[in-house]
Amino acid sequence: MIKWWKILSALLILYTLVLGMLGPVPHLDILNETIRNLFYHVPIWFAMLFQMGYSVVYAIKQLSKNDLQSDIISNQAAQTGLFFALPGLLTGCMWAKFTWGTWWTFQDPKLNGVAIAVLIYLAYFILRSSIDDEQKRARIAAVYNIFAFVMMFVFIMILPRLTDSLHPGNGGNPAFGKYDLDSNMRLVFYPAVIGWVLLSLWILDVKKRLAILTHKENEQ
Amino acid sequence: MNSQLLSQLIKKEFLLEFRQKSTLAGILVYIVATVFISALSFKKIIHPTVWNALFWTIFMFISVNVSSKSFMQETKGKGLYNYLYYHPRQFILSKIMYNMILMAVLSLLTFFFYSWFVGSMVQDMGMFLLALIFSSSAFSGILSLMSAIASKANNNISLMTILSFPVLMPLLLVSVKLSKHAIDGLAWSVSCKYLLILIMLNFVVVALATLLFNYLWKE
Repeated sequence: MIKWWKILSALLILYTLVLGMLGPVPHLDILNETIRNLFYHVPIWFAMLFQMGYSVVYAIKQLSKNDLQSDIISNQAAQTGLFFALPGLLTGCMWAKFTWGTWWTFQDPKLNGVAIAVLIYLAYFILRSSIDDEQKRARIAAVYNIFAFVMMFVFIMILPRLTDSLHPGNGGNPAFGKYDLDSNMRLVFYPAVIGWVLLSLWILDVKKRLAILTHKENEQ
Repeated sequence: MNSQLLSQLIKKEFLLEFRQKSTLAGILVYIVATVFISALSFKKIIHPTVWNALFWTIFMFISVNVSSKSFMQETKGKGLYNYLYYHPRQFILSKIMYNMILMAVLSLLTFFFYSWFVGSMVQDMGMFLLALIFSSSAFSGILSLMSAIASKANNNISLMTILSFPVLMPLLLVSVKLSKHAIDGLAWSVSCKYLLILIMLNFVVVALATLLFNYLWKE
């Protein structure tokens, strides 16, 4: 049975895809029409961060209750988050190419933060694969997950606010909210965020059910 | 928590280290050799950014090397004994404190050899030393926990580096920034912000490590 929020997610994303391309946007220097990328790039990152947060919540749950189900969910959420990092990076690279003139720059703390986040989660999966015992793997992976998430949070959320960044809202650059995110864009942006987060939940739901079923089958 | 037991544990760590002088000597040789190699290959470093980057790269590899073995000697029997006698918080705190002291000494030594062979460019020595001490303590906090994790996962050294490098990165960037300020001799009011972050990171790391070690400890 399809749940209502899955339909809502599909409708919202369809709505933002159409209105994001056709709707009115403010005309700004340098940004020009690329400002439409805001409807895709930013919500995808929100979905990624949401999944990483979901993963940590279940890691904490696993440590406090010590059940394998939470570990499976935590692992699947991390995978989904990493999966969302890919389109996030691609849209970001394209946007950077047409506004900053380069695909990638090491000057920007947010770009570095994303690179580190990807590395951290790759390390997480390597750690998981190197431990055979299920219970042990669940515990150790949860510990690394929590620790790594806090360090990543410091990196993505706190450091960019202190150093210069090319991203809006950091290091003297104006935030979108201040000048350009007018009421027309808000009408597309907020639904886009909800839509992409719901889509990530949908993907997680499917992955989670599959993983739990495979786990049950392996046990028998 | 009994502080006497904690100091006992730290003392034990030092005793073990000094009884086995070969490892300590090995680290010293490692430091001198790396610094010497970089001095030979770079000949003379003119640019302060290069000087800084090279120093922190050397520092990072040394700290990972030093801390990676902090849980390696913990055999199964010993682990059971520790489990019966100590609280996990005492145990991890003793490891972190021991590593902090060791890393502080080693980082000063590295700096000494580095400025001897390569030449010093630091204008604000006080700030640089502060950056060095606080980053080495935060490094040892992170690396102690990572070493504990790696030791649970079949004591794999390559796993230790894979796990710790990405987690160390935020910290390393703050240290690099702060020490660059010290090299350029900027006013303390400018670098104060970064020093505060570094101290805050210390607290976060130690608090997280003590909290999470509880769960690693049970077999």
